[in-house]
Amino acid sequence: MGWNFNDNTPIYLQIINGLQREIASGAYPPGSRLASVRELALEAGVNPNTMQRALAELERQGLVNSQRTAGRFVTEDTAALSALRRSMSDEIIADFFRSMQSLGLSNEEILSLVQDWVLEHSKEEH
Amino acid sequence: MSMLECTALSKNYGSVEALRSIDLTLESGRIVGLVGPNGSGKTTLIKLAQHLLTPTSGMITIDGMIPGPQTKAIVSYLPDRDFLPQWMNLDELMTFYHDFFPDFNPAKAADMLDTLGVSGRQPLGKMSKGTREKVQLIFTMSREAKVYLLDEPIAGVDPATRDYILRTILSNYSENALVLISTHLITDVEPILDEVVFLQKGTIELHENADALRERTGKSIDGYFREVYRCWGN
Repeated sequence: MGWNFNDNTPIYLQIINGLQREIASGAYPPGSRLASVRELALEAGVNPNTMQRALAELERQGLVNSQRTAGRFVTEDTAALSALRRSMSDEIIADFFRSMQSLGLSNEEILSLVQDWVLEHSKEEH
Repeated sequence: MSMLECTALSKNYGSVEALRSIDLTLESGRIVGLVGPNGSGKTTLIKLAQHLLTPTSGMITIDGMIPGPQTKAIVSYLPDRDFLPQWMNLDELMTFYHDFFPDFNPAKAADMLDTLGVSGRQPLGKMSKGTREKVQLIFTMSREAKVYLLDEPIAGVDPATRDYILRTILSNYSENALVLISTHLITDVEPILDEVVFLQKGTIELHENADALRERTGKSIDGYFREVYRCWGN
């Protein structure tokens, strides 16, 4: 049912991550209205109070804002959105470099491998 | 506000102490998991709350009242076995619930039964076990109750039915109600819980916010209990 959660992190943190990804990717576009807490909770298969807690944290981070009667909206603050995208991609890059370094590769070698990969891939696509 | 309260609550069956002087306060608006191995006192506690048993000593109250007809009017109870007359068909059950419970919402029940695709003329006893459990849950959740007592709602059903049941609970409980779910299948209910109460040999080992427990221990609730209580079965 709903999203998959791993065992060792509080669920609300995993929900925050999931929603941040949806916002960063534009699956929830800037200025769009979020479903109600109850609907979101049902979709994720979690307790509404847990969803509420996650949304409150996103609000605190300035990624969503609530308008008392109309509901919750994704921020239209482009600076906040690009900061989010930046910090999420930094995390992914750090993970990637850690894995590559564990194979014994230097940063220079990794970079040139990445470039080769991109070139090869763009050939495949066209 | 506190919806279910136990003070030094004990229940003995002859010389067997099923519950030993437990103190417990559960608030409204929460989904609480009542977990513990077989024989730890889960069903006894629920039956005391539903006035199917009376305490040996101590006290239990629902919304400030001693269990009785007044509390049954605000408590929707799903026992751990078939509890509705098996000869009744769905139309008769609708009338039955409508007559018994002023908080029954027939439109809601009809809507869910419709989605489930069972016919009004079929008697309960002729349905498959899975369908029967779904039907009983639908009637239980179609009451706009203040307290839902669900005794082992997901025991012995297939994964798709289990999802259906959890989803039905999540989408239908009244906003400010207390939902108490007893189970030994912790993993399955973990994401929907606010709080968890762990019973062991008739005493409360732990009562904590579900996410706080995961944060404190770095483990799933299920994983934590498996580690702490090695004898954990099922």
